[in-house]
Amino acid sequence: MERLELSELALLLREAAGEDEGAVLDEDTLDTLFLDLGYDSLALLQVTGVVERDHDLMLDEEALAEAQTPRQYLDLVNGALAARAAA
Amino acid sequence: MTAVTTAHSAPAERRAPGVRAAVTGLGVVAPGGIGVRSWWETTLRGELAIAPVTRFDATGYPATLAGEVADFVDEDHVPAKLLPQTDRVTRLSLAAAAEALGDACLDPQSLPDYAMGVVTANSTGGFEFGQRELQALWSKDRRHVSAYQSFAWFYAANSGQISIRHGLRGPSGVVVSEQAGGLDAVAQARRRLRTGVHAVLTGGFDSALCPWGWTAQLAAGGMSTRGDAERAYLPFDADASGHVAGEGGALLVLENADAARARGAAVLGTVEGCAATFDPAPGAGAPRLLAAARLALADAQVDPADVDVVFADAAGERDADRAEAAALAELFGPYGVAVTAPKSLTGRLGSGGSALDLAAALCALRDQVIPPTAGAVRVADDCPVDLVTGAPRPARLRHALVLARGRGGFNAATVVRGAR
Repeated sequence: MERLELSELALLLREAAGEDEGAVLDEDTLDTLFLDLGYDSLALLQVTGVVERDHDLMLDEEALAEAQTPRQYLDLVNGALAARAAA
Repeated sequence: MTAVTTAHSAPAERRAPGVRAAVTGLGVVAPGGIGVRSWWETTLRGELAIAPVTRFDATGYPATLAGEVADFVDEDHVPAKLLPQTDRVTRLSLAAAAEALGDACLDPQSLPDYAMGVVTANSTGGFEFGQRELQALWSKDRRHVSAYQSFAWFYAANSGQISIRHGLRGPSGVVVSEQAGGLDAVAQARRRLRTGVHAVLTGGFDSALCPWGWTAQLAAGGMSTRGDAERAYLPFDADASGHVAGEGGALLVLENADAARARGAAVLGTVEGCAATFDPAPGAGAPRLLAAARLALADAQVDPADVDVVFADAAGERDADRAEAAALAELFGPYGVAVTAPKSLTGRLGSGGSALDLAAALCALRDQVIPPTAGAVRVADDCPVDLVTGAPRPARLRHALVLARGRGGFNAATVVRGAR
């Protein structure tokens, strides 16, 4: 099933917000706030644009605003992908 | 481009007594050099920094020469985090901002909050960034447009990114008045000092060397279509054929002189007088560059006889050159003052051009030497100016007058005095 993996998200964020900024995004920081990882709302907006484009998806704006950690963000995206696959 | 946030001062503006504007730091990124030292050396040598365009393929365009900032390595000057969200012009200005603050030995974090702001001039925004995103929009679709396009194209992006990077949270803004912008920004910064601000980082930058930016500059007119770099931009010459466009600019730390002295800062010079005027509609009256010069001198309480060098606007168009020469002859007498146009070496840099001239004036006052106009320039008989050409001219320099005309009718003049 189509999924967004943590490693892909880490790569997208690095591309959107620069290579050497922010803490490392891995299993240990899944529940760390994006802001504390060095990624602001614009970086996430940029990443969301790419995710929506690459997966031909439209994510709910309010849910996006509440997805403030990598785990929450991945759950949101993968939930939307799963819902579409089930439909 | 026309004004979005212009600031046109009347010289009679009430001034807080005792507030003097000192320049304590300089940053330059320009054709001819990255960093003040490198640029000033090539400027004094009269080295021509105009060459065929390399930033894009200019084949087939009427104008094929530009003053480019060569060998600028973005990663050396801009934090990685800012690369995806900045146009080239913002990167150039970030480099100059860091240099200027370093030169001033001023850490904004050591100042009270809101004590330092940033006022820069820019007249074309982030053209290259915008072009890339427009190409993505029309060749693919909206989902390929960067979220950063929301601000990266904007005139104010330079001030904003500099403010964020260095924590300059005091009064800030952007001035849009084309070539006059660099001087208008400094005038605005000086006004801010009078409201009690400790310091303002100020100056101007432009860069639009991409097909879209080039097309816009060509449409605006006045560009030389010659292919010979030596003959393309010849201000005050009977053979003048327009100007060459360039990129870059300068920023300076403008500081309350008393506060600068209190912290033991080295003062390069002081901004003594500023003025701006606007031309009447074409055919409706004489241009008002002379009025701007007079107002700036009055603001500085300096007589023309105490001005030792003029950095001319130097349009490179016959009518405009004659008009400027006539204004100078009226003010100083024919051949009455040394005049120079180092922008003949770099091309016209938009807002960055007048800021760079101000930087050159300050360096000239410091070193007591007038940087030369390009060596190929031969002054026309109908331009009665004592133009310094080909080689630098040592001279006793007390005050310098810097003039600028922005496309659309903007005139600006600034009087600076050396620290010595």
